[in-house]
Parts: sequence; structure tokens; C-alpha cells
Amino acid sequence: MSSPTPTVPDAEALYAALLEGVRGLLGTAPDTALVGIWSGGAWLAARLHADLGLAGEPGVLSSALHRDDFGERGLAAGGGATKLGFAIEGQRLLLIDDVLYTGRTIRAAINELYDFGRPASVALAVLVDRGGRELPIESVFTAAHVELAPNQRLSLARADDGRFSFALEQAGA
Amino acid sequence: MLSRRNPQLNRHGELIHLLSIEGLPKAVLTQILDTAGTFLSVNDRDVKKVPLLRGKSVFNLFFENSTRTRTTFEIAAKRLSADVINLDIARSSTAKGESLLDTIANLSAMHADMFVVRHSESGAPYLIAQHCAPHVHVINAGDGGHAHPTQALLDMYTIRHFKGDFSQLTVAIVGDIVHSRVARSDIHALTTLGVPEIRAVGPKTLVPGDLREMGVHVFHDMAEGIKGADVIIMLRLQNERMSGAMLPSAGEFFKHFGLTADKLARAKPDAIVMHPGPINRGVEIDSSVADGTHSVILPQVTYGIAVRMAVMSTIAGNEA
Repeated sequence: MSSPTPTVPDAEALYAALLEGVRGLLGTAPDTALVGIWSGGAWLAARLHADLGLAGEPGVLSSALHRDDFGERGLAAGGGATKLGFAIEGQRLLLIDDVLYTGRTIRAAINELYDFGRPASVALAVLVDRGGRELPIESVFTAAHVELAPNQRLSLARADDGRFSFALEQAGA
Repeated sequence: MLSRRNPQLNRHGELIHLLSIEGLPKAVLTQILDTAGTFLSVNDRDVKKVPLLRGKSVFNLFFENSTRTRTTFEIAAKRLSADVINLDIARSSTAKGESLLDTIANLSAMHADMFVVRHSESGAPYLIAQHCAPHVHVINAGDGGHAHPTQALLDMYTIRHFKGDFSQLTVAIVGDIVHSRVARSDIHALTTLGVPEIRAVGPKTLVPGDLREMGVHVFHDMAEGIKGADVIIMLRLQNERMSGAMLPSAGEFFKHFGLTADKLARAKPDAIVMHPGPINRGVEIDSSVADGTHSVILPQVTYGIAVRMAVMSTIAGNEA
């Protein structure tokens, strides 16, 4: 069976699209706070925050303590720490992540969020949607759809100068 | 030569039981300290609970009484959503003549997932770890004069929190070292984490002679022993030791080895003072020091819960 060999997406080009998409979303709901999913999503949220000239700091959510694969994989090393510098009670939130796949990370992150209070609404914007959803979770903005085989993994990296790039890894290759 | 695998680690080198600090690699200790940092922030949330051990049963087996240590393990397990069963073994099965392994077999039949064991005999947690089902994890909560690994880890967390880095530190451990499983575990942890200067300070009768072989500097003069120290770990003087010929009196001990503000002035100006508790005011530590600005005794208690959460979630996530 041949697996698709996609070209690695241009993360900077997709970031530009995400920036415009998020600008549009905030235009209709300006009281929305950005929350990045650790780690790639947190990088994106930090840069969006700066580029959009928003006040304060974006939130960071770690999914590590609510993952559903703890029994198989154990505690993820260096899973990051949740940092919400504002009250989320009654707050409109836009979650930011790099790659949307099964939806399990977002499920865990939403559980984590609820340990801090009850937001008014939660939406999701992502750089890449690679399909393969196992939960009913969708993004309101997606910069690109990419087809990947199950053993392929797309991971975002951030250079010292803050520029983003994607790396495509083959598991068990 | 036959090399025996460390019974605390699986074949991937991951921690499956916590029995002793001795023999654990630096990376394992550091990972627990990092994980504890994550759990410390759980205390700041509206919901002070995470679901990592949901559906798991943690049995606290305290063959030797220690309400405080048992409580910190209980809180840690409950914050991880485990079901906690406290067994006052000292007053039940053992009193009826049941052997340790029969007790464990019975509790395993009740579907235990984790045993937290405090025992007056050194090595009891090892025996349990060797004989329990493969999916069961064991934590040593203090065995005889041997080890108290979670206390050592919370001490290391405290030191790292206040001092940042281990590689430049002078750490003095003061008091009844010979009977102290805390001192033994602390020395192993400090050594593994790269502390260059570890000192043991106490009267000749209470400091074991073999410490020098572990690279520890021994002092029988308190003023000399804590001079220039960054960290002072005071040990509890156990009253029961007074009856033997080891010490003339509590007052005499305080005069020579009790930590007072005068003696503390010999340490670095930003030195921290630690104590595993419960403290004997006026025996090993003066009240003005225990409650003073150098004291981090209460933060130790807070960190202890996060460290025990880290240990429990780490071993529960690793398979034998």
C-alpha cells in the first residue's frame, strides 16, 4: 500500500493565513481571549498576540494532566504547564493549536480549562487540519488541510528568530 | 559477574516502584522534580484535582504510625483522583499474627493498584515489591533506618526551588544522622544531583563512621559544620534515643547542636533552614529560627504533596 507523500507545508505562509483568520474572528467578537495549546499552539498564540497588538498575555493550556492515553503512555515528560493570567469565568476563548488530528488533545485541554472555571464560549483555530478525527471536535478557522498517513507526524518548530517551520516525521520508518 | 537489575526500574529504565534513592539515575530524579512543579500549580485552581489515577486504588499500609506522612500521601492520591484506603496495620492483621506477605496477598485480592508502605523493618517495601502482582506499584514511605525516598525528593525540590542549581551548594545535615533514614536518602539524592559539598554534623555517637566513604564531610563541631552552608537540614532528635547512652540530655544536645540564630549567623546570609518535621522546639531548633526568615519548613510540607503526586503518577504510568 502506498502512502501519500505530501509536501511539507510552509508554516510561515500558513501563519500569515492564520493571522488574517484570527483577525477576522476577533473583528466580530473583540472581547475574545487567545489561549494556546502547549507547545506549538502556545508559540502561535504568543506571536498572534504580538502581531494583533492585543493587551496582556495569551493563556497557555497543557493537556498533559487530562490525557486519555495515560494508562498506555504514562506521564508525558515536559508536558508544559497551564498558565492563565486572566479569569476565564464568563470569558469568550479562542484556542489556538498547530495541528488538529484525532481531537483528543483538544478534549483533554478543554477538561483542563474547566478546572479553572466556566468560560462563556470556546472555539478553536488551527494551522493545519490533517483529518482523522476520533471525537466530534472542529475548528472555526483552519489555515490548511493536509492529508497524512497514520504513521506520519507533522510537528511545528520555532527558530531562535521566532520563525515557524514544519517537519514531517515517519514513525517506525 | 551476575548483574542484578534495580528492582525499581523496568527494562526501559523507567520507574515502577520508589523504594530507595540509591541507584536511581539523575534523569529519573530530575523528571520527578520537574513533574512536581506541574502539580504544584494544581493547588492554585478552582478544581484541585486531576484525573490521572481515576479508578485506581491506593492502599496506605502503615505498619508504623505516622499520621502526618500518611496524610500527605492520602492528599496526593486524592488530588490524582485515586481511591484511598488507609489501613492501620499496626493494630490489626499483624497483631493477629498474619505474615507480611499474607497481608499483601489479601490486599491484592481486593484489587489494589498501589501500596504506600511505612514499616519499622528495613527492606519491607522491597519484599512487598518482589511479591506483589506485576501491575501493582510500591512506594516506600520510610523503612526502618534505611530509606525515606519521598522525603528526600521533597527536600531536593525545596532546595532547587530556593537555590536553583545544585552544582555550587554546600549542604549541612545536622543532628541524629545514625538513626535517620531521611539523612541517608538525602545524602544519596544530593550526591546524584551533583552537590559538591555534603556535610554531616552531630555528636560522635550519632554520626556513623562510614559516611566518609560516601564523600560526606563529618563535623562534630556545629559552628564549623554549618560555616558557609547554603542549606541546613535539621533532623528530628527522637526522644526514644535519649534513654540510651547516646546523649546526656536534650538540654545538652541543644547547647551543642541546636540551631540558634547565633549559630545560623555562621552560614551564608541567604541560607535556608529545612526540617522534615515534626520539630522539637528547643531541642534541635530554636523557635526564633524555626519561625524565622531563613526557615522553609512549611513550604517543604506544601511541596511534599506535589512531589508525592509526581511519584505516584510517574510509577502508575510505567509498566513492569
